Amino acid sequence: MFNTILYAFISVSLLGAFFGLGLAIAARYLYVKKDQKLTDLEEALPGYNCGACGYAGCAAYAVAILNGEAEDIALCAAGGAESVQKIADIMDLTVDVSSEKKVAFVHCRGGKDTAKYAFEYNGITDCNAAYSMFQGNKVCKYGCLGLGSCIKVCPVDAISNDKDGLVVVDKEKCISCELCVKVCPSGVMKMIPYTADYVVACNSKDKGAVTRKACTVGCIGCKICEKKSPEGGFKVENFLSAIDYSANGERKNGADACPTKCIVSTDKIAKIILKKAV
Amino acid sequence: MSYIGIIITYVFISNFILTQFLGMCPFIGVSKNVESAVGMGFAVTFVMGLASLVTWAIQYYVLVPFNIVFLQTITFILVIAALVQFVEMVIQKIAPPLYKALGIYLPLITTNCAVLGIALISVRSSYNAIESFIAGISGGLGFLLAILIMSTIREKLDSEDVPKVFRNIPIAFVTAGLMAMAFMAFDKVLLKNLIG
Repeated sequence: MFNTILYAFISVSLLGAFFGLGLAIAARYLYVKKDQKLTDLEEALPGYNCGACGYAGCAAYAVAILNGEAEDIALCAAGGAESVQKIADIMDLTVDVSSEKKVAFVHCRGGKDTAKYAFEYNGITDCNAAYSMFQGNKVCKYGCLGLGSCIKVCPVDAISNDKDGLVVVDKEKCISCELCVKVCPSGVMKMIPYTADYVVACNSKDKGAVTRKACTVGCIGCKICEKKSPEGGFKVENFLSAIDYSANGERKNGADACPTKCIVSTDKIAKIILKKAV
Repeated sequence: MSYIGIIITYVFISNFILTQFLGMCPFIGVSKNVESAVGMGFAVTFVMGLASLVTWAIQYYVLVPFNIVFLQTITFILVIAALVQFVEMVIQKIAPPLYKALGIYLPLITTNCAVLGIALISVRSSYNAIESFIAGISGGLGFLLAILIMSTIREKLDSEDVPKVFRNIPIAFVTAGLMAMAFMAFDKVLLKNLIG
């Protein structure tokens, strides 16, 4: 019994030592020099491996930058200005990092109690699958299907379901990789500036009367927001109001005057997320 | 059993991928283009051949004499892991493009159950050293054959009008299933008719 333990211990240790030594020697003879710049670049990138830059991961993007194959050094949305600056320093380039951080936002608040449903969907829990069937089960074909395809692709878990059967994006967690924007079949997920105070939470390009029948919180294109907040950058096109965030005027009057209350403040969305967290 | 019998057995009849379903991960993962698939196939063949030889030596010169055969799995894994590390270093040195194409799947040969499978099967079939080595090589060649066919089909599929939901991985799984069915045509009777 004791001998068995001893033999087992000795033979496995010796084998391990033998292979370890062999590998150490091999590593010395087969050493491939790694560029210091490459190591620095890999450190400058955030390491989420989200793939938003179009490369397989942070390491692949670093190699592409180093070889000059990457068309732009500012492709990393997740790292933002900070990592672009670091990359520029490493590669001795000058770069303009003034662009503003953007976050994803679901432009729809038409949930269980507010939007009308055309039929009951019992298929697999995937927005693209549901969308391939009559563009989703809502009467409105522009809204959020709430099945959470965006939740699955989000590399940082910034998106979650809310109690209305919709999804909300936590802008504090969002790394602006735009993966959710790409996966969303209805195009209701769009990017807004991080600093945005109000958002038109509707994506319906139907005429006002049609929208009103499908959803009680849809934008009907009445242009009241344009009139009440002329400096706010509101612009109604295709029966849908959109905000031009380069305009810095107040938007509260326009939002309060909205007859369907589809212009929501981002603070309100933050409160929904906070309530879920508690 | 003659050497030819062993080769036919492990390349066709008990093909590791299509009959025994071992080592499926790189089979699906690296079969997107022929070039890297062939590279992967040869890397696996090399590792399997060498691993079955080394594990044979360990089995009969270390484990059996000291009566510690129960350590088979752990020592074999140790051998395979070390070999894969070695192969990785060699490939990185002599063929960097292949190293890049294989990516994460190269270190994953370590946990490729086909490699451990051939080592355990050789021992269980009480092969001698040369037979184990040949079994290892032919197991690897069987893998190479399967992944080569698969990658060729997948390259062709790229230009076909596959229904959207089936594109990429789903159609690859369907293809793998059909290939496995085709390989069921090879059986022991065939071997008997061929070499008696």
